[in-house]
Amino acid sequence: MHVTVLLPGVLRQHAGGSAKLDVELADGATLGALLDVLAADHPALDRRLRDERRLPRRYVNVYLDGVECRTLLGIDSPLADGVEVQVIPSVAGG
Amino acid sequence: MSKVLLAIGTRKGLWLASSADGRASWQVSGPHHPMNEVYAVAVDTRRDTPRLLAAVTSEHWGPSVATSDDLGETWSEPDHAPVAFPTDTGEALGRVWQLTPGPASLPDVVYAGVQPSALFRSEDGGRTYELARGLWDHPHRPQWTPGFGGMAVHTVIPHPSDVDTITVAMSTGGVYRTTDGGNSWRASNSGIRARFLPDEYPEFGQCVHKIAQHPSRPEVFYAQNHHGVYRSDDSAATWTSIADGLPSDFGFPMVAHPHRPGVVYNFPLTADGMRFPPDARCRVYRGEDGGRSWTELSDGLPDEFHTAVMRDAMCCDDASPAGVYFGSRSGEVYASANEGDSWRLVVSHLPDVLSVRAAVVA
Repeated sequence: MHVTVLLPGVLRQHAGGSAKLDVELADGATLGALLDVLAADHPALDRRLRDERRLPRRYVNVYLDGVECRTLLGIDSPLADGVEVQVIPSVAGG
Repeated sequence: MSKVLLAIGTRKGLWLASSADGRASWQVSGPHHPMNEVYAVAVDTRRDTPRLLAAVTSEHWGPSVATSDDLGETWSEPDHAPVAFPTDTGEALGRVWQLTPGPASLPDVVYAGVQPSALFRSEDGGRTYELARGLWDHPHRPQWTPGFGGMAVHTVIPHPSDVDTITVAMSTGGVYRTTDGGNSWRASNSGIRARFLPDEYPEFGQCVHKIAQHPSRPEVFYAQNHHGVYRSDDSAATWTSIADGLPSDFGFPMVAHPHRPGVVYNFPLTADGMRFPPDARCRVYRGEDGGRSWTELSDGLPDEFHTAVMRDAMCCDDASPAGVYFGSRSGEVYASANEGDSWRLVVSHLPDVLSVRAAVVA
């Protein structure tokens, strides 16, 4: 199945300059599996999205077709063919 | 001494100040790594080309260590996380609190003290690090607890010549020391008070804010505790109070003079519950004769100073006479080119200063 990943401007330098990544995954793949695929090609991107426990960082929000993954099953959320995965930094800092 | 570099880590980035006129004036650049906390900086002068190391932590994108071999003109980071807990620990790095170059005989070794409390070691000049298992597996570790700022190894002091001896300090937990290259560690807190515990003199569990070692007399240590100022003359085995002569025994930094054994610098705050300098006067105290006497240093420092100096926000350079530096949570950095006798403002209106380090770089 095909998944599209949208990245904020600040992270694009860690993904070869791309704002959008097209990823092919096995049917039934989870968000965690998608992030594992991204990590293989873009480790500098991965470490900014996840910590070493492979969990999304506290102030990184990942939306699956507009729904934040923590309101679903987190990294175990299943992905549907054609889903748009959007990374958006949350409001943080002072 | 043709050029001195002063690295200033703040809550929102790194600033670099350089002086080419004997530390009379400073050129300041920054922010480098804007919007990143910089809890630790190091100026590693063991190689022909000095290397700057900065522990940078983004609220959004996590912690990292950046290095520069051109005095901050450009920075690099590895693609993979330079400091990361192994999977079997189940932990994630919070931040790096300390970056310390190893002994001169091991020019590629750099140590990192981190949160949660652990020690990491680099063998490639500080670009990538591995967990020091001996300390991580210490049976005391489950009983180390976080203070207000988190639970971290915030001080790492390699012995200047014995590569197998390293001393660390953590809050809370206290001082630990290895003499076998990190395989085993012994708590070294005898005499340090923990007034927040029922047993005020436990084997470990103290909230030691900072320790310092005299490079030329490595058996001599100084400690600023969470109330209590101490010296050890026996390689941290036992500690004796040297707080007499200070206006308060509370504070964070403790800095040993780079050349003069027996000279140490301290910045007292009123108390745990009143974290301003006594009478709100900005004053550095210089201990002589191993802290048996203290001199208040005030020339050039303000009398209204409702702020504080954090544990790594004071340092000396390696010049002679030594320069002394400190930064405040209110974003001011002061420098003395004459061992603390008089002070000048280097820069103001920065974010909270968390760390400063200085060295002769050319």
